[in-house]
Amino acid sequence: MPSGEPRALVDVLTQEEPAILAGWLRRQADAARRLGDDPEIPTLSRDFLRRLRSALQTAAQDGRAADVNAPVWSEVKDWLNDFSRQRARQGYSPSETATFVFSLKHALFERLRVAFANDAEQLAEQTWHATVLLDGLGLYTTEVYQKGREEVIAQQQQEMLELSTPVVQLWEGILALPLIGTLDSNRTQVVMESLLQRVVETSAEIAIIDITGVPTVDTLVAQHLLKTVAAARLMGADCMISGIRPQIAQTIVHLGVELGNVTTMATLADAFGVALKRTGRMVTKKAETGDGL
Amino acid sequence: MERIPILKMGEFLLVTIQVDMHDQLAMTLQDDLTDRVVKTKARGVLIDISSLEIVDSFIGRMIGNIAAMSSVLDAATVVVGMRPAVAITLVELGLSLKGVRTALNVEKGIALLRTSVLDGQDAGA
Repeated sequence: MPSGEPRALVDVLTQEEPAILAGWLRRQADAARRLGDDPEIPTLSRDFLRRLRSALQTAAQDGRAADVNAPVWSEVKDWLNDFSRQRARQGYSPSETATFVFSLKHALFERLRVAFANDAEQLAEQTWHATVLLDGLGLYTTEVYQKGREEVIAQQQQEMLELSTPVVQLWEGILALPLIGTLDSNRTQVVMESLLQRVVETSAEIAIIDITGVPTVDTLVAQHLLKTVAAARLMGADCMISGIRPQIAQTIVHLGVELGNVTTMATLADAFGVALKRTGRMVTKKAETGDGL
Repeated sequence: MERIPILKMGEFLLVTIQVDMHDQLAMTLQDDLTDRVVKTKARGVLIDISSLEIVDSFIGRMIGNIAAMSSVLDAATVVVGMRPAVAITLVELGLSLKGVRTALNVEKGIALLRTSVLDGQDAGA
């Protein structure tokens, strides 16, 4: 396509700004009810339109209006960047976010049609300029939106990883590690490190790994568990695995998982009882004192 | 030449690895320790590796071997004070030192040696 005269587009934008803005806001309200409901939309729209126009003005002087990768557009893109990330965080969908930019087309084209009513060639060319430009900006919005979402997901993953591996001290020398969720290689690493660290800190002799919250145990998970047990043993702490549900017991045997000589228990309470016994302690019920006193 | 000292405490031998092990040092320790166990008729050996920060597959295997050799010479053997990072590395290398007893620190290691030696006497009597 010939680069033509983007200046005409700038003129239309400048002269017809209020009309374009009004048309755009109407389109936005029609396109997505949620966008229309947002009280910030008129301010945001006016702001965007102003930035768009000033960037276009600068770009038109170089005759490169349609190239959104040009440095001239960085200010508009920065603005869209913030806008898009904010939308992602507020829970807007990608299409709702992109509609913000795309709905400008309709209002702009309407004005172009009026301005170039008698010049079909000019109309086609200016429409093309506007399309390429707004498509580029709209796609950029979607891209940033996607990135924003991915950042949120990554952050949540990190938080889950940290949240889900607490090591609790049940008694002097007895640690418990209640595992929640699936054990993959990354988590095993975190679990192992935090368990071993606590073993050193509390000089624990026995560690109980409770897998009540682990939904499935396949060969890989079992291998990860055994690794953790082996590492704890190397440090001089005995490991027990508790919280094995009936289905899990069945799966373990059906898969032929060899748990070796690791002590396994049905519940955490059982394991705690055994741990107390091994460390030479016992729990007794207080004698009945009702009749004497 | 650099050597790792082997201290005699009663009927136990105490090996404290205070430097980073290299291959030759591990080989020397292996010779020295087996010699000493035979000469002193030690009943127990305690290997303290709390200062050991870096292990590779060779050193990991040597630690296991040295402990196993003492056991063959009828001395109860305990490896104590392994650091978390070292433990994880050994497990990742597939060296879980099967058959070697471990304890968290020297105190617990000595206690473990005492009980196992006593048990051994009971069984022998």
